[in-house]
Formats: sequence, C-alpha cells, structure tokens
Amino acid sequence: MLGTFEKMDIERKLLKKDSLDKLFEKIKGSGRRILAPVQKDNMITFEEVSSPGELAQDYVQTTLSAKGAVFPRCEELFSYKFEGKDVKVEERKSEPKPTVIFGLRPCDAASFAVLNSVFSWDYQDSLFKSRLEKTTVISVSCAKADEYCFCTSVGGGPGETKGSDILLTQIESGDYLAEIVTEKGRGIVALAPELFVPAPTEDKERYLVKLPKQFDLKTLNEKLAKNFDNTELWIEQSLRCLGCGACAFVCPACVCFDMQDEANKKGGVRLRCWDSCGFSLFTLHTSGHNPRSAQSQRWRQRVMHKFAYMPERQNFIGCVGCGRCSRLCPVDMNLLEHLKEIVESRD
Amino acid sequence: MSAENIYKPYLMRIEKITEEAPGVRTFRLVFADEEEGKNFAFQAGQFGLYSVFGEGESTFCIASPPTRKGYIECTFREMGRVTKALAKCEEGDIIGFRGPYGNIFPLEDWKGKNLLFIAGGIALPPLRCVILNALDLRDRFKEITIIYGARTVADLVYKHELEEWSKRGDVKVITTVDPGGETPDWKGPVGFVPAVLEKAAPKSENTIALVCGPPIMIKLTLPVLARLGFTPENIFSTLENRMKCGVGKCGRCNVGKVFVCKDGPVFTLAQLNTMPQEY
Repeated sequence: MLGTFEKMDIERKLLKKDSLDKLFEKIKGSGRRILAPVQKDNMITFEEVSSPGELAQDYVQTTLSAKGAVFPRCEELFSYKFEGKDVKVEERKSEPKPTVIFGLRPCDAASFAVLNSVFSWDYQDSLFKSRLEKTTVISVSCAKADEYCFCTSVGGGPGETKGSDILLTQIESGDYLAEIVTEKGRGIVALAPELFVPAPTEDKERYLVKLPKQFDLKTLNEKLAKNFDNTELWIEQSLRCLGCGACAFVCPACVCFDMQDEANKKGGVRLRCWDSCGFSLFTLHTSGHNPRSAQSQRWRQRVMHKFAYMPERQNFIGCVGCGRCSRLCPVDMNLLEHLKEIVESRD
Repeated sequence: MSAENIYKPYLMRIEKITEEAPGVRTFRLVFADEEEGKNFAFQAGQFGLYSVFGEGESTFCIASPPTRKGYIECTFREMGRVTKALAKCEEGDIIGFRGPYGNIFPLEDWKGKNLLFIAGGIALPPLRCVILNALDLRDRFKEITIIYGARTVADLVYKHELEEWSKRGDVKVITTVDPGGETPDWKGPVGFVPAVLEKAAPKSENTIALVCGPPIMIKLTLPVLARLGFTPENIFSTLENRMKCGVGKCGRCNVGKVFVCKDGPVFTLAQLNTMPQEY
C-alpha cells in the first residue's frame, strides 16, 4: 500500500569514502538533483549540491529538516486567469524534479512516512505524493546525539532503516556500510554497481550512539487519555510559550497548513503554506469565537495531536524525536521533558 | 499532473442572488461545465468550500436539497475577507466550489418519524437543506415542525419560504424574534427560541430534533429538549469549525480526535457528549 516505504530484504554493501564523488556524479548524471546538508552562516540546511565536498561536517542534527523537499514551505496548488467575467483554472504544469536527499538522519527519513500518513489518509494529496514518489532517501546513521534527541522513545533509532532507501553507517576506516533497503535504493546502486563492493561482516551497532529510551509510549498514551481536562498541567507547561510557531516550522513531521490566494487583476495563484497550531488565529472563527483561545489549549492540541490523535487516526506518531522543536525554542520549552512529566504524572 | 488535484475547485456560475437579510445573501450556483454538474451528487448535511479567486475560500453548508437537481445554493453573511468579496459578486460571475465534504443527516433512517427543526439566526441554512429535502419527500415523514428565531424581523432569513411553509398546512412553522426585535406589524411570537420551544412543547415520541444556532441558543435549548423527553441519540446538530482544506489534512477543525470535516459536520448530542468541550 505505502509503496515508497515497502521494505525488501536489506542488502549490505560497502561504499568506500572515496567513492562518494563518483556516486554523486552518477546520481546527477541520471537527471536527479541532490539535496544535502550544507553549512550556511550559522545554520545547516538542505541545499542542492554537486559534490560531497560541499557537505557540512561534524554535526548532530541539521538546523532544518528536509521536509521542504516533499512538502515545500509555500507551494502553488493551482493558478488562475481572469478573462472578463470568466475564470480559467490551470493545473501546475511542472512535474516534480527527481531528487536524492543525501545525508539526512534516520529520524528525518522516518518523518516522510508520518507526512504521508496524513496526505494519504482518505483523500489522496497528489501534489505531495508525486514529490514523494520522485524522492530517494539516502540517510546517514548517528554516531552522536545530544540531550534533545529522543528517537528511540518514539519508535526510531540512530541506525533505524525505516523510511530510508539506503542507510549509510560510517565505520572505522571512514568508509560507509550501505544498507540498501528499498527498490528505489537499488535504483541508486544500479547507477554505479561497481562502487558498492561486498561488505565486511561487521556489526553496525558499535558505530551508533547509545540512546536509551526516555519514556514508554504506551504509558504516555494512557496518561494523555486521562489528562485532557488537567488544565493545570497544560497551563503550567505552556506558561512561557510565546506562540511563535518555531516548533512547527522546524518539525519534520508537522503537516498543518494554511491556504491563501495571491492575485492581481490578471490572475493569481492559490498557495498552501506551513501553518502552526500554536498561532492564536489558527482556529479563530469569523464570529470572533475561538475554540482554542488560550495558549495552553494550543499546547495541549500540539501534544495530543502528535501523541494521541495521530496514533489513533493515522496509525503513526506525529513525532520522530529529532529534538529540533526544543533545540530551537526561543524560551527553552523542552518537549521531551514535558512528555516525561506527563508520563510520570499521577492518575 | 496525472492524479486528481483535491484542492482544485469546480467553476460555478452565480445564476441567482437573493437578498435574505441585512448582509445575508443566497446564491444559486450552476456548474460552468455541464458534464461536471451531471456527475455531481451530494446528500443533506454536507458542506463545501466556496472561493472567490484572488481572495480565498470559505466553508458553508449546501443550503439546497439533493432532491432539487441542476444547482446548489449557499447562504452566507458578509463577515470576513471571502464573504465580503462574495457579497460584491453579481449574477453571472464565476466562483469556485469544492465538495461535497463531510457526513450527512441520516434521512433514510427517519422514515415514519416526526421531524422537529429548531434554528436561530444565520444557522437556518444547514437545516433548510433538510427541511426542503423532507418536504420534497413529504409522505415519508409524519409531523414536521419548524421553530425559528432571529434577533429582529429583518434578520430572519428565507422569509418568503417561511411564509410558503406555513401556508402548506402540513408543516407547523413558529417564527419568533428576540424581545425588542419586533416591528409594529409583527404578528408572530416575541421571545427567545428555548422559551418558545418550551411553550410549543412538541412531543418527543418518535421525533428527531435538529438544532442549529448560535452556541448560547443551543446551550439553552438542550435542557428544554431533555425536559420534553428527547434522548441525546435523537437530537442532531452540526459543528462549524474553521477549515482550510475540508479533507482532513490542514489540522484545524478537529475537536479532540474527531475531525469535523471528515467525521462531521453532523453529530448527535450523544456523540457531542463524548467529545472534549473544545468547540
């Protein structure tokens, strides 16, 4: 059903460090663009690159995720022209570019399945799906983590292959142990099979950071079901929240969006742009009534949506434990700490 | 693009504009593309997203019944950016429509039952769809009662239809206005909807109650219905949360795990009672 995320038997190969240049050349030669982490001022973001030399070095996590590659921050849904009293609607003509996202972390790779679970729940979002279909994910497992990382608590792991087409783990020699996870991954290998040599019988685990589970998901779920009306808890946790929405904008798994028109006298476009449940206008009715008028209600929505509603409705947790929301929060709200507090709360 | 773009609206031509009340208009819309119109089907209770190109989309119910083919109608009050732009539209203009979305009023299950409609202000349109649907299939239902109130006489919507329905003889119509909202020649009752309902005291036996109105009206009407013997399973209403996509993705219309756009907008009181009070 999920297509992109179907797993076959994982094939193990070795990709020499020096082979990366050649691999990048072959990928580009196949008409695919490569997006990879690049240091830009004080941020590491996914940019189009031509060679591995441009890649950012030595980081735990990229500042922004690669979400924009499949779900752009602002995208045209369709355009229209005014012709007298008539309107002519035109579909977006450009097909999505075949893309390889290289060097993202396993948590970010896992987030594409979360996004997909919303975009293909009931109504199929062809704009998202056509991008996802053209995207190949080559992720790199984590040798390091920081205090914000908690992928292991939400079903992921520093060497998790779920969501990746190829997962690379750098071993002692500097070479990469390549796990070819999907048919798309095989497609990349087929571009340069000579670069993927037989793998040593080495266990990748010793190259992965140890990241113990911080809380039990099932307990969290049970506690959330009991704590919706625990107003005190939600107020206390969100007292310092500014409602700035940064958490949603850096989240690789947040889907919530706005739709807006931009037009002049000749015509215009209907746009879809990232939005945030943390904004006070998000649910404001025209009448002035607002079902989530307090910041504490909006914080509760954020937590409940990701950890209670999505697991029930989409069968996915709306969080991959990347830690960005907490790393970048201007007032130091820490999702992991708040989740642990909920897990440890008394009934 | 090969697959269907779920955000692309149908083009609809405004065939007729009816002024209902100050700032309130009804549009009759026909499909600009006849083929699309032929293939279009919906049921009472469903809603759509209506758009003015260049301004954006707004969510309203379909106010005409599925029994009247070839067009749909919507009634809206001039309030925000999109409805202000809609209000400037003229007959012959093109607007966008996406839908039908959401669940339905289960009219099929109500054969042989009495129907009691209770509405306030601009909330009559979602019930008008059901009223007209039921009147078009009149012999399937027993007694039909409509209790409708607005702040003033001028604010009553569908005035001509209310009059038509009262003249039919097979529908009981009580139209009321809030105290102070009456005109010198107003002959109907003066009073708030819950009080008027209590006085009319329709029987609850074998009766479905449909309630749409401002939150305060609903809040005060429900205890009256309970006193009259209506069970939560036999009381229906709609939720009207803000929406952008209408198809369960944009993330703002949910009440707890319930998505108004997918699981609603029609809910029984029994269902509403199980949901968090966040609407």
